[in-house]
Amino acid sequence: MTSLLQPLARLGRRTVEGVSRLGYAARFFLAILLRSGTAFGRFGLTIRELYFSGVLSLIIILVSGLFVGMVLGLQGYETLQTYGSEEVLGVLVALSLVRELGPVVAALLFASRAGSAITAEIGLMKATEQLAAMEMMAVDPIARVVAPRFWAGVISMPLLAGLFSAMGIFGGYLVGVVLIGVDEGSFWSQMQANVDFEEDILNGFIKSLVFGVAVTAIALFEGYDAPPTAEGVSGATTRTVVTSSLAILALDFVLTAFMFRGVS
Amino acid sequence: MDNLVELENVSFGYGTRPVLRGINLTARRGQVIAIMGNSGCGKTTLLRLIGGQIKPTGGVVRVAGQDVGGMDTEALYQLRRKMGMLFQFGALFTDMSVFNNIAFQLREHTRLPEDAIRDMVLMKLHAVGLRGAADLMPSELSGGMARRVALARAIALDPTLVMYDEPFAGLDPISLGVTGNLIRRLTDTLGLTSIVVTHDVQESLKIVDYVYFVSDGVIEAEGTPEDIRASGLPFVHQFVHGEPDGPVPFHYPASAYAQDLGLAG
Amino acid sequence: MNRAWLDIWVGLFVVAGIGALMFLALKVGSMNTVSSSESYEITANFDNIGGLKARAPVKSAGVVVGRVAAIGFDDKTFEARVTMSLDKRYAFPKDSSAAILTSGLLGEQYIGLEAGADEVKLSNGDQVKLTQSAVVLENLIGQFLYSKAEQPTSGLPSEGNLNEQAQ
Repeated sequence: MTSLLQPLARLGRRTVEGVSRLGYAARFFLAILLRSGTAFGRFGLTIRELYFSGVLSLIIILVSGLFVGMVLGLQGYETLQTYGSEEVLGVLVALSLVRELGPVVAALLFASRAGSAITAEIGLMKATEQLAAMEMMAVDPIARVVAPRFWAGVISMPLLAGLFSAMGIFGGYLVGVVLIGVDEGSFWSQMQANVDFEEDILNGFIKSLVFGVAVTAIALFEGYDAPPTAEGVSGATTRTVVTSSLAILALDFVLTAFMFRGVS
Repeated sequence: MDNLVELENVSFGYGTRPVLRGINLTARRGQVIAIMGNSGCGKTTLLRLIGGQIKPTGGVVRVAGQDVGGMDTEALYQLRRKMGMLFQFGALFTDMSVFNNIAFQLREHTRLPEDAIRDMVLMKLHAVGLRGAADLMPSELSGGMARRVALARAIALDPTLVMYDEPFAGLDPISLGVTGNLIRRLTDTLGLTSIVVTHDVQESLKIVDYVYFVSDGVIEAEGTPEDIRASGLPFVHQFVHGEPDGPVPFHYPASAYAQDLGLAG
Repeated sequence: MNRAWLDIWVGLFVVAGIGALMFLALKVGSMNTVSSSESYEITANFDNIGGLKARAPVKSAGVVVGRVAAIGFDDKTFEARVTMSLDKRYAFPKDSSAAILTSGLLGEQYIGLEAGADEVKLSNGDQVKLTQSAVVLENLIGQFLYSKAEQPTSGLPSEGNLNEQAQ
């Protein structure tokens, strides 16, 4: 009888632990928001983090965007050709990128590059007692270390998603127009006619903002909560990437359903 | 008020697990006191209680006459500006130079102009003998040097109380001597009160005024270094003389040896 | 990494990012949607709107002059009521006609406005009386077969798709 109850008890305990961790994470997030004064008052701190999160992610974002766009161009052309509709290639590439691939893929890349770096950095600061030292010096570590990184991530994400989409469209143009020979005029004019600012671009922008909040918050929390050991920090970085990726995809579904249900 | 730090019947525990029970401890101004004991006996917890990082579950912790456990965040931060803490292994901010590490508190809490800050930083560095290392990064420092920089950082705002968490851990003999010497000299010249948590017996008994021995969450013994050296208490004796077996057993609890080897009849 | 270089790189990054977003907004998307502050609304009833969707363009002479604001159902006449938001710059005569057309062969459906000759113009809240419903493929085929059955010698379906709507 007890052997049956044991896995149940374990499950129950894990669930309760999970829920309380979620509550702790929510309080942490609230604390970041409430103590963001320093991040904006001393904007230099945030700018520094913008460099580490945003600028250093540029290479991977731009290159990936280019490749994704080029693949879209190739695949799109293959399929559209069978229906004789090659001239809408521009629309296909632009809409795929702006609505979905730009925000989502850029966020996934950001999570693995910048998110894991943030988690490792904060986790290491915790393990080497730098955060405790700051507290003992009467400096709030959340205000000084965590909040600037949060806002840097939130600001970077839409910019990176936009750059991703722009590079992707350029990639699609390279493959479609320059390489394959789709008509340049119809490539751009069809795109202009069928991509709507409010529906597509603005929604994509909102998505990337939401993803930015989610990814950065998760990365910061995992780092802040990591066990102060080497295995603890490495486990936390892995968790950041996994949890962020799942969160991005889940939020993507929710946001897409919310935004695009009107258009059908 | 001659006592800077007073712990009155303090207890602390995590849930059902008690860490400290009925601790009575005082530190007078100008004293260097040592808190000694085995790893995991609650020494670091005592420092965190004094610094207000955790609240006691029983009893009162008083610093400069004020109840630390009952303070709000503002008051706590005010209090901490008069405290310095030297963390084990230094806890220097790795993304800043030595100079900026020490200047950190000055920049955060004062509105002094940069040249005044520069002078103060160099003075603190000079006090620990590292004025020439001002532009190095923490990763370029040896263990002993990092510890000294952390000490300079701890006294940056001229605190009245400095706490040291295992300042002698992992140091070579020369650095050991330097560190012990610095702790005593700074306490005397700056009029500080120093609380040193350590298990390095030889080094600390040379420099401290009073010792508290913590074992299993209670104070087993206390006294001046002479009292401790001469103590007949088995635990103190084992600790001071480094005996492998005594009240703290050599063997981790296990079943009978003969039984384990399968020789039981 | 000293402050000056840091600021330069971050500045470049932000400029590039905003530039990309601007590129997307202006060159890729169409930012010439009619905003509601400079538009007026008219309605039109149709027998069948086919695949017409909200936000579909309203064109006249091939130029976008407005958007479909809302599509509803009139349960007194059992017809579809389409509300259109037209750019204030363009005024149409009261006897203009509205037809649901398809762009290309399999493209999206839009409303084509053809100007009439009346001197009085449509104003906010007016209704377009002359409408032409969407071409539904099944009806077209049915019509064709029916007319074939009726007039075995001529192969043309009967004329007159324009329904004059009574008040």
